[in-house]
Amino acid sequence: MPLMRLAMNVLKREVQPLKNSNDVVLARQKVRQWAIELRFSLVDQTKLVTAASELARNALDHGKGGEMVMESLVNGSKSGLRLVFEDKGPGIADVDQALKDGFTTGNGMGLGLGGSKRLVSEFSIESVVGKGTKVSVIRWK
Amino acid sequence: MERIPVLRMGPLLLITIQVDMHDRLALQLQDDVAQRISDFGSTGVLIDISSLEIVDSFIGRMLANIAAMSRVLGAETVVVGMQPAVAITLVELGMSLPGVRTALSVEAGMESLMSAVSNAPDEAGDERPQA
Repeated sequence: MPLMRLAMNVLKREVQPLKNSNDVVLARQKVRQWAIELRFSLVDQTKLVTAASELARNALDHGKGGEMVMESLVNGSKSGLRLVFEDKGPGIADVDQALKDGFTTGNGMGLGLGGSKRLVSEFSIESVVGKGTKVSVIRWK
Repeated sequence: MERIPVLRMGPLLLITIQVDMHDRLALQLQDDVAQRISDFGSTGVLIDISSLEIVDSFIGRMLANIAAMSRVLGAETVVVGMQPAVAITLVELGMSLPGVRTALSVEAGMESLMSAVSNAPDEAGDERPQA
């Protein structure tokens, strides 16, 4: 247990519900605020906020709402921001296909998942059909 | 109802997006621009996004839709003032806004629109005799 704590420390944690499109705006603003606190560069802030916007909208439009958990991380000398988007929607049958650019089931351009993966340092997705989807991203400074 | 103002200036429509838009507001703007072009017979649309801190795929699609709709209605659109960090992020996201005319500043955008607007009747004039 002490070893795990050394490996990655969560300094701060907050949950933002994603129930309507105003919540997506709030999520963007909170991520921006945290990224500024962590002293991310302007480009990194913009990438993180954009990824958050895509993933929050996914949780809302495809997952019928959910929540975003924000965690400020320290790993040795590295600091970073982890965002976890979780919904209890229909889930994604073919995750690999959903990650491809241009794949869309809704009214977007199909850049949401694949695009946001390119904007962060670490990206993972778990989805169970009928249960929901959980997308976790980390941007290290 | 909350709306982004669409201002008329001669043959042009001017839009400055100064708020962090939620998705419904973006869709409303799309409808409003189409309606205004049709009401006023506008030939140019200038959209200033210099206050926007991000452009995600939804807003990118809105800009592309406005440009496409305007073109169908006979108006040119130019998007001006994109912040460098926004441009970097947009391209990495996979969107380069094809079909959307852009300019660095309002002034450059205005020039580009005015030349497009003043050229348009000539082109039409050239085509008519051939038809």
